[in-house]
Amino acid sequence: MAAIVSERTVLDVAESGTRAVNSALMAADVPAAVTLANPRGAHALACGLDRDIAVTVEGHVGYYCAGMNQHATVTIDGSAGVGVAENMMSGTVRVRGDASQSAGATAHGGLLVIEGNAGARCGISMKGVDIVVGGNIGHMSAFMGQAGRLVVLGDAGEALGDSLYEARIYVRGKVASLGADCVRKPMRPEHLTELRDLLTTAGFDADPADFTRYGSARHLYHFHVDNAAAY
Amino acid sequence: MTRPNPALRESATFDRRAIAEIQRAAETGIYDIRGWGAKRPLPHFDDLLFLGASMSRYPLEGYRERCDTDVVLGDRHAKHPLHLDIPITIAGMSFGALSGQAKEALGRGASLAGTSTTTGDGGMTTEERGQSKHLVYQYLPSRYGMNPDDLRKADAIEIVLGQGAKPGGGGMLLGQKISARVAGMRTLPEGIDQRSACRHPDWTGPDDLAIKILELREITQWEKPIYIKIGATRTYYDVKLAVKAGADVVVVDGMQGGTAATQDVFIENVGIPTLAAIPQAVQALQELGVHRKVQLIISGGIRTGADVAKAMALGADAVAIGTAALIALGDNSPRFAAQYEALGSAPGFYDDFQDGRDPAGISTQDPELAKNLDPVEGGRRLANYLRVLTMEAQTLARACGKSHLHNLEPEDLVALTVEAAAMARVPLAGTTWIPGALA
Repeated sequence: MAAIVSERTVLDVAESGTRAVNSALMAADVPAAVTLANPRGAHALACGLDRDIAVTVEGHVGYYCAGMNQHATVTIDGSAGVGVAENMMSGTVRVRGDASQSAGATAHGGLLVIEGNAGARCGISMKGVDIVVGGNIGHMSAFMGQAGRLVVLGDAGEALGDSLYEARIYVRGKVASLGADCVRKPMRPEHLTELRDLLTTAGFDADPADFTRYGSARHLYHFHVDNAAAY
Repeated sequence: MTRPNPALRESATFDRRAIAEIQRAAETGIYDIRGWGAKRPLPHFDDLLFLGASMSRYPLEGYRERCDTDVVLGDRHAKHPLHLDIPITIAGMSFGALSGQAKEALGRGASLAGTSTTTGDGGMTTEERGQSKHLVYQYLPSRYGMNPDDLRKADAIEIVLGQGAKPGGGGMLLGQKISARVAGMRTLPEGIDQRSACRHPDWTGPDDLAIKILELREITQWEKPIYIKIGATRTYYDVKLAVKAGADVVVVDGMQGGTAATQDVFIENVGIPTLAAIPQAVQALQELGVHRKVQLIISGGIRTGADVAKAMALGADAVAIGTAALIALGDNSPRFAAQYEALGSAPGFYDDFQDGRDPAGISTQDPELAKNLDPVEGGRRLANYLRVLTMEAQTLARACGKSHLHNLEPEDLVALTVEAAAMARVPLAGTTWIPGALA
């Protein structure tokens, strides 16, 4: 049975198994710093955390790492599979490598930093989370994004922000194409300020003036037959 | 009133309804969106009959001998399966589609009768959680209002892949029902149409779903039963895949299942009847060796205790009701005849659940209209109805000699029509013929 025995506990995922490790991470009631060794692509690791704890995963993780995170700080010293930090509510999740598709899907809050690239559907249905990606993102990212901010230092794939609601998107590089109802918008001073803060918080040294803002044209907010071709 | 000329002949193809719909479409340029479920005639439980006991079978004494009704749902993997007094549950219906009073009434009625109710697309309300002894929390593609705190408050989790009224389709809650509270729960602006996706955002097939279920179990410490709900289409294959993905309970919703707002063309033309879906689901479970281990809940057109008993005889462990529960609360009541007429409808016909002007106070977010439903009285009416369904099912089970509703079996049934016999896989009455069965 894995257990947190000191402020700097190391838990071996391969040895203890996901259930025991997650149970230990959830059980302790004191602030702690825990290292997870040998994750070997395990799924659902460090998910459902709901307290002040710093978890460092030494290696690559599978699907849904740090899913539904609340309050915790999770650092993945490797790459992450599908749905990292999905439905996160608060806290911080950082991926040192790349992230697969649906990173930060439906997340309501907190900060997700992906230092490498993110796959398709990054920030899909995002509901308030801040996502900062150091590299490129794949197609259909921020699809139906409702709230929050997606920052991309590299390029964005096709159909960026399709059917966007109120999420804001900042991209420094090229955008392959915009999705339905997603449009380029002017960068006003308040956007430069919020972007600078986001980049600083995420640990990136970049000039906000190099970015372009995208948002919803709000033409599809009410179904109308004249827009049928857009659906 | 002028009597129609008896020489006039109505076209069977272009009947008055078809003509009216063409005229409406030509006038408005938009398809018809409505609530309720399929209204077309379909082979249904009415086409089956029970073979009561006589010489070759031994009945139980009505009013004297026990006929139990309880059901355990989700004991395959979960630490805390649901143990319900009756096998009739309340299907998922969202706050947003329904008023807060309606959700509270459903919780009250279900709890009085010893059964569960279910959230819907839009999250969990305090009224519903507070009044529901057993509450199933739906996990939908939109993830509106989804959060781990409510996930842990739930008694079970239902991953929704589809529903019988619109298999393969997402939802659309029109702006007139998006009050400040509904909008806040869904993190969207007030008053705009809300589209619910038809695909989950972070998994794409049964292999992914198995990992998603693992995540939900981890987050909830393996305590909660995990249901998977599917709209009835390729039911045999979908049930097998649901079991493979790790479901504790499979919910199959036939095409008579209701909706708050979907295109009429979708409701009437997609999916298969509940009657046809049950044997497919049971076959899948039996072939995997998990029938009665992975429980099967059937919904879509359950109205009477006879429907309940017939679904269970065909192999369901429990049923779910939605439309019938709303009717029990007061939907389509003659009390509101004048208000329905003002809306161009009438008691027994009202299905505009999408437009938020429900005089019964059920499918609305208008606070004044919602006052027309007293949640306490509504809960009492629902509990009464659930008790009647249960007693009716017991009556039929006793007549077949069964001491528990789960002991009903296909052998207790015959069909009135060739279609029903083929779909339900029971003999045509008076014969041994099951159309389509291998000799």
